[in-house]
This record gives sequence, C-alpha cells and structure tokens, in this order.
Amino acid sequence: MDNLQELLHGFTIAVTVPHLALMAVGVLLGILVGVLPGLGAPNGVSLLLPLTFGMQPVSAIILLSSMYWGALFGGSVTSILFNIPGEPSSVATTFDGYPMARDGRPTTALATAFGSAAFGALIGVILITFLASWVAQVALAFGPAEYFAVYFLAFASFVGMGGAAPVKTVVALAIGFAIAAIGIDTVSGSVRLTMGVDELVKGVSFVVAVMGLFGIGELLVAVEEEFHARAVSSKIDWREVFRAVGRLPRHGVALLRSAAIGCWMGITPGGPTAASFMSYGIARRFSRRGRHFGTGEVEGIISPETADHAAGTSALLPMLSLGIPGSATAAVMMGGLMIWGLNPGPMLFVDSKDFVWGLIASMYVGNIVAVALVLMTVPVFAALMRIPFVVIAPLIVIICVVGAYSVSNSYLDVVMMLGFGIVGYLFKKLFYPLAPLVLAIVIGDKAEDAFRQSMLISKGSLSIFFANKLVTCLIVGGIALLLLPLVLQLTRLWRRPASPAIDTPAQEKVII
Amino acid sequence: MGRTSTFLLSAAIAVLVGTMPASAAWQPQKPIEFVATAGPGGGTDNLARAVQNIITKHKLTEQPIVVVNKGGGSGAEGYVYGKASAGDPYKVIFGTSNAWQQPLVSKVAFNYTDLTPIAAMAQDEFLLWVKQDAPYKTAGDYLKAAASGEFKMGGAQSKDTDEVLTRMIEKAGKVKLTYIPFKSGAETAVQLAGGHLDSHVNNPSESLGQWRGGTQRPLCVFSPKRLPQGPKVTATEGWSDVPTCVEQGLDIKQYEQPRTVWLPGKVTPEQAAFYVDLMRKVQATPEWKDYIEKTSQVDTFLTGAEFDKFIKEDLDHVKQVASEQGWLVK
Repeated sequence: MDNLQELLHGFTIAVTVPHLALMAVGVLLGILVGVLPGLGAPNGVSLLLPLTFGMQPVSAIILLSSMYWGALFGGSVTSILFNIPGEPSSVATTFDGYPMARDGRPTTALATAFGSAAFGALIGVILITFLASWVAQVALAFGPAEYFAVYFLAFASFVGMGGAAPVKTVVALAIGFAIAAIGIDTVSGSVRLTMGVDELVKGVSFVVAVMGLFGIGELLVAVEEEFHARAVSSKIDWREVFRAVGRLPRHGVALLRSAAIGCWMGITPGGPTAASFMSYGIARRFSRRGRHFGTGEVEGIISPETADHAAGTSALLPMLSLGIPGSATAAVMMGGLMIWGLNPGPMLFVDSKDFVWGLIASMYVGNIVAVALVLMTVPVFAALMRIPFVVIAPLIVIICVVGAYSVSNSYLDVVMMLGFGIVGYLFKKLFYPLAPLVLAIVIGDKAEDAFRQSMLISKGSLSIFFANKLVTCLIVGGIALLLLPLVLQLTRLWRRPASPAIDTPAQEKVII
Repeated sequence: MGRTSTFLLSAAIAVLVGTMPASAAWQPQKPIEFVATAGPGGGTDNLARAVQNIITKHKLTEQPIVVVNKGGGSGAEGYVYGKASAGDPYKVIFGTSNAWQQPLVSKVAFNYTDLTPIAAMAQDEFLLWVKQDAPYKTAGDYLKAAASGEFKMGGAQSKDTDEVLTRMIEKAGKVKLTYIPFKSGAETAVQLAGGHLDSHVNNPSESLGQWRGGTQRPLCVFSPKRLPQGPKVTATEGWSDVPTCVEQGLDIKQYEQPRTVWLPGKVTPEQAAFYVDLMRKVQATPEWKDYIEKTSQVDTFLTGAEFDKFIKEDLDHVKQVASEQGWLVK
C-alpha cells in the first residue's frame, strides 16, 4: 500500500499542465526520430539531453522518457510499412505486420500494433509499481552463468519453436554468432575477424545488418517476383483504427501470455529483443492459427509488440535501482541522471522519491498520451502505402543507405548494408530463417561474454551451470527446447516408419 | 623540482599563447565535432558532453559543437577515426589512458603518436571495493583472506586499467586473483552487489550509488593521500574517510585514470593552442567544478611537456606489467 500512496503522490507531480505539454512534445519528437531513417531513440535522446540540463530532473526525465515511448511506437511504423525495423526489438513485428500491410490492411496492422504495445507497456508499469523492491532483488541474483542461461534459453526456443527446419535455424544462428564476434573481444581484449579492415574493429552494427537483411533483401525478392506496381487502395478510414483496437480483447490469451513473457525477460536481463522473438515463437506454437503465421496474422503482431513494450518498460527498473542500463537509450538517460546530480542505484528510491515516483506516474500518463497521439497518425502513415511501388522502392533504398551511413558516418557501413541485402535475399530464396540470424547478431556477443566469464569463475568446469536452482531451471528448460524437434521427429518416425519426411516442404513455406 | 619548472614553463607558454594578438591566433571557421571514444552514458561520454555544454553556455567559441560516440572496440573506433582525420582541426577526441595502453596489448590500427595531445583534464581515482557484508575491515585483512583462496576480481575490459591494477595488487600483496572482465564498471558493481565477485577496483562515480545503498564499501584508495573532504556519502562516511592503500599495508602508492583530450595528427601548433586555451577556459567555470564534484574526480590540467611526461611514465609502467603478463603484441 505504501507504493500506491507514493504513486498517487507521483501523479500529482506528473499530471500538471507543463508536464503534460512536455509529454506531448516528447512523444511527437519521438515518433519523428522513430520514423526517420537512421535516427532512432538513442540518438534522439542524446540530441535532446543538453537541453535538459537546466530543467528540474523530473521534468527532464519526463521529456526524455516520453520521447523514448514515441520512438518505440515510431519504430514499429517503418517495420510494418516498409519491412525496415528501427530497433532490434521491432524486428519480430515485421514478420506479420509487413505482410498484413502489403495485403491492403496497413491501418489494421498499425492500430493492432499500437494497441497491443500500449497494453504491454501498461502491464510493465503496473509490475514496476507493485513489485519494485522484489524485482530489484531478482536482477541481483543474475551472475554470468545465469545471464548465459537466459540467452541460451532464447536461442534454444528458436530451434525448438521456430517454424523453420531446426538445422537451418542452427545454421542461421551460427552465422549470426560469427558476425557478432567481429571486433574487440571483451574477455581477451584482442581484435577478432576484422580481416585486415581497420574500421571493422568497431564490430557490425545491428542497424546496418537489419536495414540490409530486411529492407534491401525484401526489395530484391519483390523485384524478382514482379511486385505488380500495385498501390494499396486503402481508404483513410478512421473507424478501422478503433475497430482494430476494439478487436484486441478477443486475443486476450495472446496478450496476457506475451505480457508475461515480456515482463519476465525485462526483469531478468534478457531484454526486449529476446522477449519479442521468444513471444513470437511461442505464439506460433500455441496459437490456433499458428500455421498461418508469417502471412499477416493478427496474433503475429500482437505477440511481439506486447512483449517488446512490456520488457522495455520493466527493464527501466534495473536501470533505476541497480544502475545497469538495459538498452542504449537507457544508457543515455543514465548519463543524464548523473549530470542532473542523481545517482542511479539502490538509494535512488530512498533519496529521490519525488523523481522516481514522478517518473513511474509519468510512464502511465506518457504511454496514454503516446498511444492517443500515435493512433491519430495511423491514417496518415497508412496513406503512405498508397504510393506505388515504383516510387516507394527507390525511397526504401534511400532510407536504408542514409540510415546505414548515419550510424557512424561511415561508407563501409553502406557497403556492408548492401552486402547484408544480398544475404537476406539468399536466405529467403533458400528458406533459411532471418530471425535467428538477427537474434544472434544482437545478443550473440553478450552470450559469449557470459559463457566465458562463467568459465573463468568456475575454472573451466561446466558444473557452474547447475550450481543453483535458478540457473539449473533455465539451462534444463533450454536443453529441453533444443531437443524438442529431435524428439518430435523420432516419435513421428516411430509411429509412421513408412513415410519419411514428406511434410517438410509444406513446413518450409511458412518460413519467415 | 623538475616538475614545478616544467609546469612554470608550460604556464608561461600558455600565457604567451593567450596574449598573442587575436589576428595571429587560429579560430575555428566551421562546426566542431567532439568524438567520445565510448558509448553514450559512460565517463568519457559524460566528459565530452559536459565540456560541450559549458562551451555552449559561456559562448567560448562562435562555432556549434556536436558530440558523436565512437566507442566500438573499447574505444579503438574513435582513435582510428582520429588517425584517419589527420590534419583536420575540427575533430576533438575524448578518451582515457587507453589511447596509449590499448596499442600495447591489442592489435589495433592506431597509436597515441598518431594523435596530437591537447590535455589531461581530470583524474579518476581507483578504490578497492568489497561486498558490504564481507568479513574484512582493511586491505590487510582482505589480502590475508585472498592468500588462502583464489579471489574473483571483476573489472571493466580486458588488459585495460582495471586488469593492470589487479596484476599490481597481486604482485604487491603476493596473492593470486582471478580477473573477470565485464563491459563496464557499472556492470561490475552490480555483479559484486549480487555476490558473484569478491572485489573490484571501480572509480568513485561507478560505485557511488552502490556504496550509498549499502551493497558494497571501499577498503582503500590507490592514492598517495586521502581524497579531499566532501559531503558525506553514507550516513557516517565520505570519500575523505577512506584510508589510502599504503596506510593499510598494500604498497601501491598511486594509480589514476586520466581523462584525455586529443586532436588528430598533423594539425598546426596554432590550432592545438586554440584547443588548449579553450579547455583551460572550460576548467575555470563553476559548471566544471560542479561536474568534477558530482562525478567525484580530481581536477587536474596537464598539457604540453607535462602531459608528455605523464604519458611516458604511465607507458613505461604499463609496459612492464604487460610484459610480465605476456600481453604485449608485436
């Protein structure tokens, strides 16, 4: 009940006219940087940061976090309309969002995504409100071995739950690990896999990889398949926005399940990216229409979006209470916190109550402001889909080139992005899944660091992964998921020894 | 003393430069780029942004300043970028001592000699931290306990300042420590709070929140004398209450991390002098004092010969540790 009282106090700080105005400004700026190529939330927030130095810390964090919400929503727009994910965590949204938009239902796709994202965020904030102290304790229990176990679980869930042939998933993961290894190795400090190119010491940026894999790769496929220069003749239909949001409760199970996955991955340091991927994979397995995933299913949008925002929101808690930023944007905000004279860490909740609870209250209000504003923009964005392909295709190339270049003003990144485009095209043609590749690029090096840190601690003994209940559960769960396809295959063979693997081609059709 | 005379000399040069007629002095004609050799939110990034903010607020130059982060490869990305920008006086690189330490132990495509040193603007101190409920009260107790079992020491990055200091502790205290590298000091602090490590050697600002929160405490500071008096951090103690490591029988007199500022190579002396002067003006502002205090650093300003001497001494020292450990690259 203490928390509730603090929260009410927080609302009195957050719900004032200047603060509401700041939220609106922040959200609008956020949507803008989310939609524009190559900007993204971390850059947007760091550009705004100097402006906040003169502000009250609470006002400053409200502005910045509202911008963050806006950018998260804005990032989904490009994922759905152009198959270009703005943040690692919105990659999974492209799998069903883009096909749906291409089928002439961009309004439905956007409204569904925004509605479920808002739901996820809300669940995340509620969790923070009531379980703040407990959540902080959970995160502390995570040493290197536990970190590795969480990542292992995420990878294994792909092999076990993904739609593609498990062997192909493993191959895609392996290629992703190799790409993630490029650059300086944390544990030995030495340079790896740069192949004599000095600039590669910085590693391969995620943005460069996904812009190529998804944006350019999809374009190549579309060109080959004679994408009939069709414009989607969707009328600007306000009612469809509300209808799509109104239909959400029908998918209550998917919403709740995805929110639970998101919160769990947000509290344990798995993060929003792993959360959205896992949620999508699990939804595909359990949804009644799982077979149709990848062709524009509503639950295929709901699951990753809800989990992404639930995880993104609940991940702010470790940042405040422990001082570990869960994402690049959180890292910028943490820098801001220190400049405003606050110290992220266990004492923040005691020393700066107004700040913390003002922020938490603003997360409720800010998300409502964000979803209201963003739903109003849906018809405008959906109208973009009416532009014919011959116009949109060059635009996508421009977006990808500018986006890749602006990551670190490097020409090499543009070349790599185009290279990834070809890789994306080949993956699609050969029915290899892109999702595990992206997941491995994003969290592959973290998983590797965690594994090798564990090995240093245990002096090379694998028993560290069975040293306590938490890590044992995670690892056993991961191994079970990993072996699932093998077991299914064996039982199938055992039951019908006469029909060897006839149904695989049908399965491969629905690969994403 | 030699040190004082070099200081006087460099001060005299600075005064000369400062009083030169305005027509002769170089002035920037287009926007300036500050390159932080670290990701957003870290100590180096904070410094670059604090300096940018001060310059803009006091209008110390007419030109706008943008901060970009090039923190890939433990900062190598930023230094390589600085090397590639030779002759361009509109790129200012912010880093640490890894400008000269990293090329020693890792095959990176730059050396500090590819850059023009401007100044070392602040020194970050190192302390020995243990978990709040650890049984040892002093560094001596800690070493005694470490002698019987192999302790896990965490730190940021591999073969960088934290690991160098760890190896120095091993040598001075005659113990064996297992060093576990993490991505950042903040991450290391959380691992200690969770009991996954026995100790680490974080800078004050990296563990300030954790100390106040009662998850970890400093045993001693690697500095010749105690830190300056400041506000209390916990209910009873402040930074000045932390004993020096030498006091407690761990004979490492001094170990600090300078925050360094560079220009690319092949710039003219006038261009370098402009930035030395600019940084000096930044340091005279109250906002700078505020930044130093909030991040618990020590205010210093090394430039010219004094800075060169500092680099040489540090380099000799690190080289020795690195060769003992077999880290040196050819």
